[in-house]
Amino acid sequence: MIKVQHLGKRFGPFVAVEDLSFAVTRGEVLGFLGPNGAGKSTAMRMITGFLAPSQGTAVVCGADVVKNPIAVKRAIGYLPEGAPAYPDMTPAGFLGFVAHIRGFHGAEAKKRVALSVERTGLGEVLHQPIETLSKGFKRRVGLAQALLHDPQVLILDEPTDGLDPNQKHEIRKLIAELAPEKAIVISTHILEEVDAVCTRAVIIARGRILADGKPAELEARSRYHNAVRLGLPRAQEAAAIEALNRLPVAGIEIVEDGEGRALMVFPKEGAAIVADIADLIRSHRFDITGLRVERGRLDDVFREITGAPTSPASPTSKTIH
Amino acid sequence: MRSIATIFRRELGSYFLTPLAYVFIVIFLVMAGAFAFFEGGFFERGQADLQPFFAFHPWLYLVLVPALTMRLWAEERKSGTIELFLTLPISMAAAVLGKFLAAWAFAGIALALTFPFWVTVNYLGQPDNGVIAASYIGSFLMAGGFLAIGSCISATTRNQVIAFVVTEAVSFLFVMSGTPLVLTFFQSWAPGWLSTAVADFSFLTHFSAITRGVIDLRDAVFFVSAIGLFLFANAILVDLKKAD
Repeated sequence: MIKVQHLGKRFGPFVAVEDLSFAVTRGEVLGFLGPNGAGKSTAMRMITGFLAPSQGTAVVCGADVVKNPIAVKRAIGYLPEGAPAYPDMTPAGFLGFVAHIRGFHGAEAKKRVALSVERTGLGEVLHQPIETLSKGFKRRVGLAQALLHDPQVLILDEPTDGLDPNQKHEIRKLIAELAPEKAIVISTHILEEVDAVCTRAVIIARGRILADGKPAELEARSRYHNAVRLGLPRAQEAAAIEALNRLPVAGIEIVEDGEGRALMVFPKEGAAIVADIADLIRSHRFDITGLRVERGRLDDVFREITGAPTSPASPTSKTIH
Repeated sequence: MRSIATIFRRELGSYFLTPLAYVFIVIFLVMAGAFAFFEGGFFERGQADLQPFFAFHPWLYLVLVPALTMRLWAEERKSGTIELFLTLPISMAAAVLGKFLAAWAFAGIALALTFPFWVTVNYLGQPDNGVIAASYIGSFLMAGGFLAIGSCISATTRNQVIAFVVTEAVSFLFVMSGTPLVLTFFQSWAPGWLSTAVADFSFLTHFSAITRGVIDLRDAVFFVSAIGLFLFANAILVDLKKAD
């Protein structure tokens, strides 16, 4: 439903987006990840027809954004960054305006606004000026506006930015509800969000796509993927390391982070070692405080891919093996 | 067309959502009256016409119209709503026209509320109501010219105060271009046709021609084409500057 083809944008000598190509089909929630200034918003602005691309194009529901921007705008529900809305208006007035602009009139417009208000839980603030609303409600006004015409394609620029955990949860729930019948693109720099709602993640930095895959696939690129975290008393560490080295391990590190001190055991390529470690703990009677297989850390992958220096697992991690 | 009407309603409504509408109308009426009575000698000249009232309209608009237009685009850019507005399925022409027409209609409302002057002269004597009607039309057209300049300039900046001041300055040039102040400057070096052309751009010249009672088609065409030209530039500027 969305096909982005070699999309590029230059502002003078500055290249904001370079040769971006990807496609999103119905039922997919694409997470657009990248550090601030990576070109996420610029790319979204081109797909939604706000900015004219310097090169390439995007096709949304069969309409080309360069040749027929109005058809694209009709097909898309768009939440711009920061959820802008006219501060003097009330949500009721604002949504009514958007409904009319989108070609709904009379009873149909009322029905659309009512449905959108119900979906986003705006009922209680419907007649307060938008400028007096909290950040969470403002964001919901923006979402209500984007959902009003029940679009096939939703483009949401940082839909949960600056919200409290409850509000984030609600918006993610809403996105998940909408996901099956729509193609959705959300941009974010909150990595937990990708796990929570996205079926696919694209990482971009400096205007280029650096990775494209399911969140689990991206996590698998982390060095922590399938590593085993083993917490045990300091006195037993040396014995444990000695025992663990007989297993097919690639390395063992002592990590000290928010969860406390633990051994991080990295298996050799493809080896599943957690069962062996469990046996070893039993036979040596280690008094373990925790045992967990790591899935991989998206933020590590993110940092590695986007070129920021990869931080070690903790400030005080050292390699023993 | 329907989207122009929707934008028009929202914009016109937004004037009345803030005190701006009421402040503007009150000040417009007070100043229109004060100029006509104290500067124009509305009663003292002993003639039943609205000449002294209309004579000050160019100056009134010069001072007040930028206040109506400064927010049109600058505010949208500042608050980021321009991104929302221009990703709605509307054409650029509809966006520019809807906003402009709303401002023009608002100016029209303010102008229409000066009707007590007309009632007064009709009560006191037998004025030529044809001239008065022509003057009202001329004043309304001239307001459109000022508004188009203001709307265009509002599109160049995110700062409403800058939009206000620059609109004031540009409008001043258009008012004054027929007067010796500007003309002697041009006549000293420019070829005759250029200073004639500059004089021809004067709002004052065209407006006073209309208030003499003859709506020469050329004067009306002047204002309408000035509006068209500035709105065209407006659309281009919005497109160029929207992402800044």
